[in-house]
Amino acid sequence: MSLEITLFVIFALAAAVSAVMVVTRSNPVIAALFLVVNFGSLAGLFLTLHAQFIAVTEIIVYAGAIMVLFLFVIMLIKPENEQKFLAVNKKIKLTAVFLAALILVQIAYIILFANPSARLNPDLNASVQAGTIESIGTLIFTKYILPFEAAGYLLLAATIGALVLAKKKFE
Amino acid sequence: MTIPIEYYLILSGFMFLTGVVGVLTRRNAIVVFMSIELMLNSADLTFVAFSSYLGNSIGQVFVFFVMTVAAAEAAVGLAIIIAVFRNKKTVNIDEINILKW
Repeated sequence: MSLEITLFVIFALAAAVSAVMVVTRSNPVIAALFLVVNFGSLAGLFLTLHAQFIAVTEIIVYAGAIMVLFLFVIMLIKPENEQKFLAVNKKIKLTAVFLAALILVQIAYIILFANPSARLNPDLNASVQAGTIESIGTLIFTKYILPFEAAGYLLLAATIGALVLAKKKFE
Repeated sequence: MTIPIEYYLILSGFMFLTGVVGVLTRRNAIVVFMSIELMLNSADLTFVAFSSYLGNSIGQVFVFFVMTVAAAEAAVGLAIIIAVFRNKKTVNIDEINILKW
């Protein structure tokens, strides 16, 4: 097995297992920590796809900023533990899992039927070039400058909105 | 690029459906939020996989914007959860039903 496949298997297993753990753990703090594991393994998967910039951003923005926010809110409101995943409403939950598995089989069938790798001829150099911060930055600051500015305004609006919403009393 | 792109797509579908199950079955608003982050991330994985296999950066530019929106959404959503908790003293979404009739 080549290094690429080994890394993919390790990161994919970590991502899948930690995703299941996020949904099934009854303690929200443990779920949040498994979500950090999930983000870390996704960053590893992005690295196997030669997307260096996105991998680093994933770690900084998701595992760094967003998860700190989540853990802060969990600390502030200290939610009581839910019951074990299958303890209440067992039938409904099993039905949900069964339906999700069914849809996953459908999606997998559609993906395998469409056979995208027969139509793609991946070029290693182009792939590495696409993931560099130069090519992404060039696109963001030329062709996609308007969405970029809009994203800036969105973040400003979100900051103000979060401050207003979390204030002590509505005026 | 020895790994077929299908593997990435199926992993992404698995993560997305895990997130869907989380949103539908969990009752804690914060965990529901985390499941939404899971779904956003699985979409990111698909974008990056196609971007890399096509040798085209636009997918990764889009992932950058998805991350921006996810950060904004997390900030506002958690502020809403805090505001709701201040009024109702709970984050259980079965008990937050003031808009139901």
